[in-house]
Amino acid sequence: MTTANQSAVERYRNNFLKEVEANVEEGHMVKMCMQCGVCAGSCPLGNAWEHSPQKIFMMIRAGKRDEVLGSDSMFMCTSCYNCIVRCPRQLPITHIMHGLANYAHRLNLAPKGQPTRDFATLFWNNAIKKGRVNELTLTLGHYFTNGLVSGIKMALSMQSIGLGLFLAKRLNPMEIFGGHGVKDLKGFHAIVAKAKEIEDRKKGFSA
Amino acid sequence: MADNKFAAYICSGCGIGDAMKVPQLEAIAKKEGKMAIVKSHPFLCNAEGVQTIKDDIANEAVTHVCIAACSRRAKTEAFQFDGVAMSRANLREGVLWVVATGKEHDEVRQEMAADYVRMGCAEVKKMTQPAGNVKESSSKRILVVGGGMSGMTAAMEIAATGYEAVLVEKTGALGGMTAQLWKRQPFKEPYAAAQETGVAEMAAKIAANPKIKLHLNSTIAETSGAPGRFVIQVAQESGTVTEETVGAIVQATGFTTYDMAKLPELGGGQPNVVDQAGLEKLALQANGGAIKRADGKEVKSVVFVQCAGQRDKLKEDGGTHLSYCSGHCCGTSIKQATYFKDQNPDIDTVIVYDDLRVPGMGEDFYRSAQEKGVIFTKGKASKVTGGDSCKVSFKDLILDEENTIAADLVVLATGQVPNAGVDLEAWNPVVTAADGGDAAAKTARDEMKTISILNLNYRQGPDMPQFKHGFADSHFICFPYETRRTGIYAAGPVRRPMDILQATDDATGAALKAIQAVENASVGRAAHPRSGDLSFPTARLEGCTQCKRCTVECPFGAIDEDERRFPKFNEERCRRCGTCMGACPVRVISFENYSVDTVGSQVKAIEIPEEDEEKPRILVLACENDAYPALDMAGLARLNYSAFVRIIPVRCLGSVNTIWITDAMNSGYDGVMMMGCKKGDDYQCHFVKGSELAHYRMSKIGDTLTQLGLEPERVVTQEVAITDNQRVVTLINDYVAELEKLGPSPMKGFG
Repeated sequence: MTTANQSAVERYRNNFLKEVEANVEEGHMVKMCMQCGVCAGSCPLGNAWEHSPQKIFMMIRAGKRDEVLGSDSMFMCTSCYNCIVRCPRQLPITHIMHGLANYAHRLNLAPKGQPTRDFATLFWNNAIKKGRVNELTLTLGHYFTNGLVSGIKMALSMQSIGLGLFLAKRLNPMEIFGGHGVKDLKGFHAIVAKAKEIEDRKKGFSA
Repeated sequence: MADNKFAAYICSGCGIGDAMKVPQLEAIAKKEGKMAIVKSHPFLCNAEGVQTIKDDIANEAVTHVCIAACSRRAKTEAFQFDGVAMSRANLREGVLWVVATGKEHDEVRQEMAADYVRMGCAEVKKMTQPAGNVKESSSKRILVVGGGMSGMTAAMEIAATGYEAVLVEKTGALGGMTAQLWKRQPFKEPYAAAQETGVAEMAAKIAANPKIKLHLNSTIAETSGAPGRFVIQVAQESGTVTEETVGAIVQATGFTTYDMAKLPELGGGQPNVVDQAGLEKLALQANGGAIKRADGKEVKSVVFVQCAGQRDKLKEDGGTHLSYCSGHCCGTSIKQATYFKDQNPDIDTVIVYDDLRVPGMGEDFYRSAQEKGVIFTKGKASKVTGGDSCKVSFKDLILDEENTIAADLVVLATGQVPNAGVDLEAWNPVVTAADGGDAAAKTARDEMKTISILNLNYRQGPDMPQFKHGFADSHFICFPYETRRTGIYAAGPVRRPMDILQATDDATGAALKAIQAVENASVGRAAHPRSGDLSFPTARLEGCTQCKRCTVECPFGAIDEDERRFPKFNEERCRRCGTCMGACPVRVISFENYSVDTVGSQVKAIEIPEEDEEKPRILVLACENDAYPALDMAGLARLNYSAFVRIIPVRCLGSVNTIWITDAMNSGYDGVMMMGCKKGDDYQCHFVKGSELAHYRMSKIGDTLTQLGLEPERVVTQEVAITDNQRVVTLINDYVAELEKLGPSPMKGFG
């Protein structure tokens, strides 16, 4: 990953806007922002972010690569689409935010320990294993992200819900041993590998 | 007077006949109004009613008509009788619609109607129908001063309508500032890319147009006369002088760019820091190729600094540069950034702006530049250093931090400074001192005169008055093309900051205004806002004391002094506001149909009830431009105001002669209220200064009232806008209540 980052820095030197245009989903629309601030004002979680979309777009144009790719703002987006609906310049802001998050993650510049990023990673890895989400291992994996003690505490606090789910036959304890997968697991893995190859090529991550 | 025959016609339509006793009104017109013929009609404005009046004019030799029906602003087409003097008593909007309904109000309603009939009869007896003053030799040619985009457009529009234009240009070629541009901002669909200026084509068309006479390398040595008979001395650079006679003038003298040397903190004067005009020069040199700096290096990165030396604080608040926005510079910088991007998309172009203002279709152009990759950064530049690698320090207003960008070239977007000639406010004291024999003032006067554009020989000074920030005069809020020099119209950036597209529109408007002016002047008609008025002021010079108030106070510079120092009216410059009439302390100035007598006789015509009747009488002098329509609209909306007021429309509050006030107080009125337009910097007075003068004059009337033993509160002056139809009602009712508290005027019964 570091190599990908280095080569990106090399290729675009100080033109971060061009880098975003080439590598980020809908990145070519960043230059069309007219800095009206409607997105920032429309975001229901706006005050929980370090940088509003308006600021992120300004930072991209000002070439602030490290600050943008290290920002946790893109991970805070809940995809409510308020900004897209309201943007007078019709920028697909939500898509750009997710595109930036994805790009920062792939370059491994996204903030470490960012809960949304961690959970998304956990979810992806879980889903990819058997082609379907194993709810038991996903939940347990999530509980134990922050270590054994806090994991046990969390599991115990949730035990009545777990029991209820079990009695209602919504939770099978046997799933802990790997669980069941999709019918053609081999085929599924092949599909995912091919998709990754295509995306890597498109976004310049293939060797 | 022997030949005059007076007639009154009372309409009982629109419900007037139901609410008022029309026979009594007829009797009043006959007995008190001394009308030879008095008739009433149930529908006076219909064909039959109008025919009645026409028949009387034809068969009974009626010369003066008083129509007691609706407001003078209604049914003007029906009640139009050529060659006959006419007054209108406002029984509908002025009485029927504003006095509360119901039997208990019948008495005051009838009294009000009766007074209006008395006033209408009294007024018409003092009126003469103006005959007009046709000028056979009036010139219909139009002088255009300045051969830039505005001037060329004005000349071409004038010629296109069939009039002759005389175009005077100071330099040796047409085109002005536009000719110095590589391209202009887009003015045609899809507004996406800079376009050719088209100056060469326009200049060729002008040269080939037989209706346009062109003077290059020429200035105006002198302008004398008035609309319809301006005599212009056109001085060639070579020294020869040509005389041109024209009917009106369009001044399109444009602007100069704000001097960059005044902006040392933004790098003004340092190498590789240019203003927008400087960049156009580089673009013209590049001729479509790579733009190079003065030192020959190809520009690879460029930063535009918007609002350089503009939108500063006002001078009085400590600002040192232009305090206004020049309007075109954002669009111009966008255009110039695309010069680079169109030639080479890899050139870094950054525009540092505070507020991006792209009027008209500029928003499309802005987007197209964004698509081409021009970077827009919201920030405020604090420091620019020139040199091989220029540095622009600015505060990023989005990220709230200081930042610096390096660039090969920095372009400062400086503003427009109007070429409006001599500032009359500075000029007048210097001339007064010079006339008093001060040698230094004489030198200063001659020095000031060198920048004059029109060199008018008016006593008010050699150029148009200047508006805020030194722009040429304009009735900015209501009638932007109008100036205080009748027949002289300002067009383009000399009037207010603007871009080429706006300037061409502006020039077209001013050209049409000038055409109206020459047509009006040729038949002795007034120009805006009393368009079509044939009356003009005359002075009984044997009574004149040569006090010069009329010459000084005329907002339009219409009055000169003759060799015996008496006022000399230039009828064609006159706008018929009557400010001179209001100013005259000996009341020798009058119009045929509007004079101290026409209003004074109305003031005296009404019946003042005895003190014990507890019916106060309040005189309202309402400006006919805004206040009177507002009062009419109050009637239309059926809003009720006190039936104790008697309203007389006046041409402008400036025409109010203080004798009307003293007469009213002496006759036993309880109060006088004047309603005029907004005064001050953002005036709405149609005659610019009238309202202000009235306020000033009334501020001096307090002493007179005290001498008469009256409270100064009995005379008030109010500012009213045309939209104030609800407010006028409150103003009147509050004032009536206040006067009732004050008690009846002690002058009652002496009148």
